[in-house]
Amino acid sequence: MAEEKKLKLSNTVLPSESMKVVAESMGIAQIQEETCQLLTDEVSYRIKEIAQDALKFMHMGKRQKLTTSDIDYALKLKNVEPLYGFHAQEFIPFRFASGGGRELYFYEEKEVDLSDIINTPLPRVPLDVCLKAHWLSIEGCQPAIPENPPPAPKEQQKAEATEPLKSAKPGQEEDGPLKGKGKEKKAPPLLEGAPLRLKPRSIHELSVEQQLYYKEITEACVGSCEAKRAEALQSIATDPGLYQMLPRFSTFISEGVRVNVVQNNLALLIYLMRMVKALMDNPTLYLEKYVHELIPAVMTCIVSRQLCLRPDVDNHWALRDFAARLVAQICKHFSTTTNNIQSRITKTFTKSWVDEKTPWTTRYGSIAGLAELGHDVIKTLILPRLQQEGERIRGVLDGPVLSNIDRIGADHVQSLLLKHCAPVLAKLRPPPDNQDAYRAEFGSLGPLLCSHVVKARAQAALQAQQVNRTTLTITQPRPTLTLSQAPQPGPRTPGLLKVPGSIALPVQTLVSARAAAPPQPSPPPTKFIVMSSSSASSTQQVLSLSTSAPGSGSTTTSPVTTTVPSVQPIVKLVSTATTAPPSTAPSGPGSVQKYIVVSLPPTGEGKGGPASHPSPAPPQSSAPSPLGASALCGGKPEAGESPPPVPGTPKANGSQPPGSGSPQPAP
Amino acid sequence: MAALAEEQTEVAVKLEPEGPPALLPPQAGDGAGEGGGGTTNNGPNGGGGNIAASSSAGGDGGTPKPTVAVSAVAPAGAAPVSAAAPEAGAPHDRQTLLAVLQFLRQSNLREAEEALRREARLLEEAVAGSGAPGEADGASAEAASTLLSRVTASAPGPAAPDPPGSGASGAAAVPVLATGPAAPGKVGSVAVEDQPDVSAVLSAYNQQGDPTMYEEYYSGLKHFIECSLDCHRAELSQLFYPLFVHMYLELVYNQHENEAKSFFEKFHGDQECYYQDDLRVLSSLTKKEHMKGNETMLDFRTSKFVLRISRDSYQLLKRHLQEKQNNQIWNIVQEHLYIDIFDGMPRSKQQIDAMVGSLAGEAKREANKSKVFFGLLKEPEIEVPLDDEDEEGENEEGKPKKKKPKKDSIGSKSKKQDPNAPPQNRIPLPELKDSDKLDKIMNMKETTKRVRLGPDCLPSICFYTFLNAYQGLTAVDVTDDSSLIAGGFADSTVRVWSVTPKKLRSVKQAADLSLIDKESDDVLERIMDEKTASELKILYGHSGPVYGASFSPDRNYLLSSSEDGTVRLWSLQTFTCLVGYKGHNYPVWDTQFSPYGYYFVSGGHDRVARLWATDHYQPLRIFAGHLADVNCTRFHPNSNYVATGSADRTVRLWDVLNGNCVRIFTGHKGPIHSLTFSPNGRFLATGATDGRVLLWDIGHGLMVGELKGHTDTVCSLRFSRDGEILASGSMDNTVRLWDAVKAFEDLETDDFTTATGHINLPENSQELLLGTYMTKSTPVVHLHFTRRNLVLAAGAYSPQ
Repeated sequence: MAEEKKLKLSNTVLPSESMKVVAESMGIAQIQEETCQLLTDEVSYRIKEIAQDALKFMHMGKRQKLTTSDIDYALKLKNVEPLYGFHAQEFIPFRFASGGGRELYFYEEKEVDLSDIINTPLPRVPLDVCLKAHWLSIEGCQPAIPENPPPAPKEQQKAEATEPLKSAKPGQEEDGPLKGKGKEKKAPPLLEGAPLRLKPRSIHELSVEQQLYYKEITEACVGSCEAKRAEALQSIATDPGLYQMLPRFSTFISEGVRVNVVQNNLALLIYLMRMVKALMDNPTLYLEKYVHELIPAVMTCIVSRQLCLRPDVDNHWALRDFAARLVAQICKHFSTTTNNIQSRITKTFTKSWVDEKTPWTTRYGSIAGLAELGHDVIKTLILPRLQQEGERIRGVLDGPVLSNIDRIGADHVQSLLLKHCAPVLAKLRPPPDNQDAYRAEFGSLGPLLCSHVVKARAQAALQAQQVNRTTLTITQPRPTLTLSQAPQPGPRTPGLLKVPGSIALPVQTLVSARAAAPPQPSPPPTKFIVMSSSSASSTQQVLSLSTSAPGSGSTTTSPVTTTVPSVQPIVKLVSTATTAPPSTAPSGPGSVQKYIVVSLPPTGEGKGGPASHPSPAPPQSSAPSPLGASALCGGKPEAGESPPPVPGTPKANGSQPPGSGSPQPAP
Repeated sequence: MAALAEEQTEVAVKLEPEGPPALLPPQAGDGAGEGGGGTTNNGPNGGGGNIAASSSAGGDGGTPKPTVAVSAVAPAGAAPVSAAAPEAGAPHDRQTLLAVLQFLRQSNLREAEEALRREARLLEEAVAGSGAPGEADGASAEAASTLLSRVTASAPGPAAPDPPGSGASGAAAVPVLATGPAAPGKVGSVAVEDQPDVSAVLSAYNQQGDPTMYEEYYSGLKHFIECSLDCHRAELSQLFYPLFVHMYLELVYNQHENEAKSFFEKFHGDQECYYQDDLRVLSSLTKKEHMKGNETMLDFRTSKFVLRISRDSYQLLKRHLQEKQNNQIWNIVQEHLYIDIFDGMPRSKQQIDAMVGSLAGEAKREANKSKVFFGLLKEPEIEVPLDDEDEEGENEEGKPKKKKPKKDSIGSKSKKQDPNAPPQNRIPLPELKDSDKLDKIMNMKETTKRVRLGPDCLPSICFYTFLNAYQGLTAVDVTDDSSLIAGGFADSTVRVWSVTPKKLRSVKQAADLSLIDKESDDVLERIMDEKTASELKILYGHSGPVYGASFSPDRNYLLSSSEDGTVRLWSLQTFTCLVGYKGHNYPVWDTQFSPYGYYFVSGGHDRVARLWATDHYQPLRIFAGHLADVNCTRFHPNSNYVATGSADRTVRLWDVLNGNCVRIFTGHKGPIHSLTFSPNGRFLATGATDGRVLLWDIGHGLMVGELKGHTDTVCSLRFSRDGEILASGSMDNTVRLWDAVKAFEDLETDDFTTATGHINLPENSQELLLGTYMTKSTPVVHLHFTRRNLVLAAGAYSPQ
């Protein structure tokens, strides 16, 4: 009998001030307190009564939301004249205002210029009701068509993976609103001779349509037509309901990597990695079950000794970079304290790097993989070995010419180290950069590092100034971020995200607070968390914005269209920033601020090449975008930045609920 | 009470023409229009049922008074009434006999009252005597006497010449002390206008106790119950809610506002959560003035809350209350509660929980005792044309199947009179027209192609989504042959779609029709106007949201019920409105055609369901008894019964013949929004806002199953054509399929269960769930099984 339910029957009554206000508006100036009290009681009761009747109309109207018309009908029941003129479904023209210690609701009536109304083009006629049939179920199976919801939401896929017994009938565990005294006996359902439900085989049978889809997609992904591939990847990245094919995709990728590594087919490996990327981008997929198959494939593409037929010419470095970013993304998403993915991967990289006999290609991959895992990893694992590595590089570069390949490898490793370590060092070390000090600490790489760090600082300072000057033009960074990220894996984003981050301190705290939601397992110190969480949020942005961004990502369309949706928040960010930077940026003693500032240059430097990427964004924000692109673009044109597929938007629409397929009437 | 008046009238009308009441076929239209009910009723026992029903009806204050009843009263039945009570000023306003009796008694017109009473009884006896020979079920004599007893029981005057034993007709073992004073007040309240009588009703609350003691009383009882033995505790716990309500109301009535408030605050948390909605209403009732005109309050007051308690528990309670001298509570128990005592083991908490939850407690046991003819009517003999058809078909197709005739013969054998079926002519049914026969033949042909469903063979579901229905889709119906879909919308329109390639055409104008050669074979084709062919026809006429829609079985008509208080009949030949049936005056929530056409039923906010015939503009029957809105109405497949689901959380089954309420099913914890009969007529499935579907055995009057799974209101329920699968559609955007065969097999309907009504529900309904199908964002408003067992579902897409 004792109820644990939160039945809350509050006996709320209107404040008697309201009565006074109403009386005043009626022209009754003085009204007694007692009268007010009586009126309040009465009015509250009547209002409740009407609301309860209105609920009835809502239920019978098969709606979840009470509308103004329900109130009208309830009034009619009571033989009261309905309130005419409040018939809009959504729009209720009461506005709230507070100020001067008073709160009030008022009826918003704008003055409208008649000529404006006359001159505006007529709105489209609303569409009439129509009937559309689709198969909700075919002999007990729900077909995966756009009209139906995605077959298994991510939570359900997860539940299936983790709790097979419970998940068979999702959504039925809850026992309705009944109180649960009688439910206690339900505990041992398994003992009552009920057939034990076994975990369903995870490989699902694919329907003919799904088989066709799978065939088309895989063919397009590894085929020669770039446009088709882009479309296919877009489909993988956005379509719901792919989970049944997930095991097959996973196998396709891992087998594909296995075969093509042996055959040194760089192009195909790149395609496969892009498939991995697309799968990871799909928000409806629960990838955890297949990570064990994907990680080895991706790792192979990072550290394999040879990935292409002509290592001296082909740009397999780009693939390694790309795959390294993928691994970092995997770590970020899937690493938990139980599976320890990150630490295991770190160990693997370290092991192959430390090994003396490791070839330069693998060495490059290991370092890239580690570097992508974040500043903290760089600090603890790479910096201590810089001296040693520098010696080795010098040995190759300055020593007798053994082989061209080694030279190239050593060269790449060197620039990679410089690229990644400089921002970290710039953050760790106080400003006066002394060549000798660097040499003492880092050996042969010291001087180069020093110059890079200096450059990084300079660029950051410059950037900060520019930020100060052009507060409003900088509204671009976010859209451009997504431009560069959409086709490229996210891990680079730590460097990129600092553009907004560097603007103001409050922004970063805001970002990190928001990013607390995604699983962030990394235990290391706080600084790293800030870093990685901000990058996590950046990947979120990629996901959310990627639908709109690709449209402008094709770089010819005006940037205005894409920035419009995101301008609003960014303007806000910047406006808060305008106050912050002048004090902090130049001196930069604050640790966070400093880290931000220093981190900028490498993004500019890392790109190396000219800003060939025709980004419409202002210079300071266009800098990061080619960085991602150039890595792959340089050597492998066809593997480079995938032109964001134009059909993306229609595709997304296609998977929308049936209603959205038809154009909405312009209200 | 309109129902009462009408039936009374009917009794009177029956007297005049001597001889057995002729079972006039409805088409005959014998001009007895004023009575309405007279045409189809074949016995006077109808009166008893309706009187009983109306006397238990709650605050049906708003029920409009059909003028026709007045006119009927005047010529025949009301002669003595008007003669005896001229002082009443306008006797026509007092439409019910009971009300008149009541009035007479109050005015101390004892002689007149007695005369009238004698008159009434004489009438009954005369009718009983004359009606018995012509009676189909032969129960009329008994029915008549029970009628009489009910009449007298519900209006016992001080000088009432009661037949012995009739006063306590029902619950003999019950403390009926309070019945006498309580009942007249009740009747009075419903019969006459609200305002003066509410106070009469409320006067029972006049007893003055010390308001500060109420909390003590209540907590004392609470302590006693919680300390009692486990087996009694569950049973006695049922007392909490009604006691709480009545004590609170008493406090409010006696204007102890603050005490009432603190009493509510203190104890409302103890109440079961399914009473939450009522408690919410109660919580807003804080002043005596509010009690006037509050319907829910009237329900509490006018209908006794029924508790079912074992004798042992009851004795325990009685002893406790007497020991404590707790008169306050004892008075409430006696005056406002009806304690249905049974012998035997106290029920378990679970058993109780399954059955309680309705606005006025459980159904009395005897309420579900009467016999219900739940069997199906014999199908009319149309084998001959069928065989012809088949032969033709075989000739055309090249004699593919030899089995068909056999099957049909088997079918006709199996159609032998079901022992549970009502007599074929118990309710006059319309004669089959040729087109109906053709349709039946089509149906049978389709039947042979029907998919046998089962757990391993689930039906396919085709979903019809209403797009752009921004105005709101409120009702859907599909014709039996699945060729048309009608949608009722909140913008007052009814739209009819053809879902087959055959477009909707209306008949030509009269001028054009006259040009047609009426002898030609294809005259039916010729009368149609090709120019009007379209997939969609919109029917304009209502002035409020259309909450109910129903096609006639022959697809010629469509019914729609609306917020504007009317039910409209539309022709699907001309796509115009033919009739507007007025009577409800308040929103009409649902309407449905009888499976045999001609009759239809409607139910609405005025708490009554009405039975109509399409050619009568007044209802034939008024089924009164629900304590809140009648949300949904369905005909039994044999057309002899009507089931109604209500916001008072009960389901009632009404006999069309006599208007009696023959079953009251309690157990739902929320307003009932969907109903469906199993195709064999034995079972009823009901769905409510609590997301649960309950299954009922009509014959035994028992709950036989509970299907949990939905998370929101169950809007639609439908059995497959052979009854193997139950499909349920809900506001939670899912369609679920349940194994009906398994749900109904090995029912424990032993004698004890039947006698006591103690049910043991199967623990786990999850095993019965065969499939769950989510829509994207479309509440499932309607479900339909085609003749081949394909599921059609419909709803309006509502973007979140």
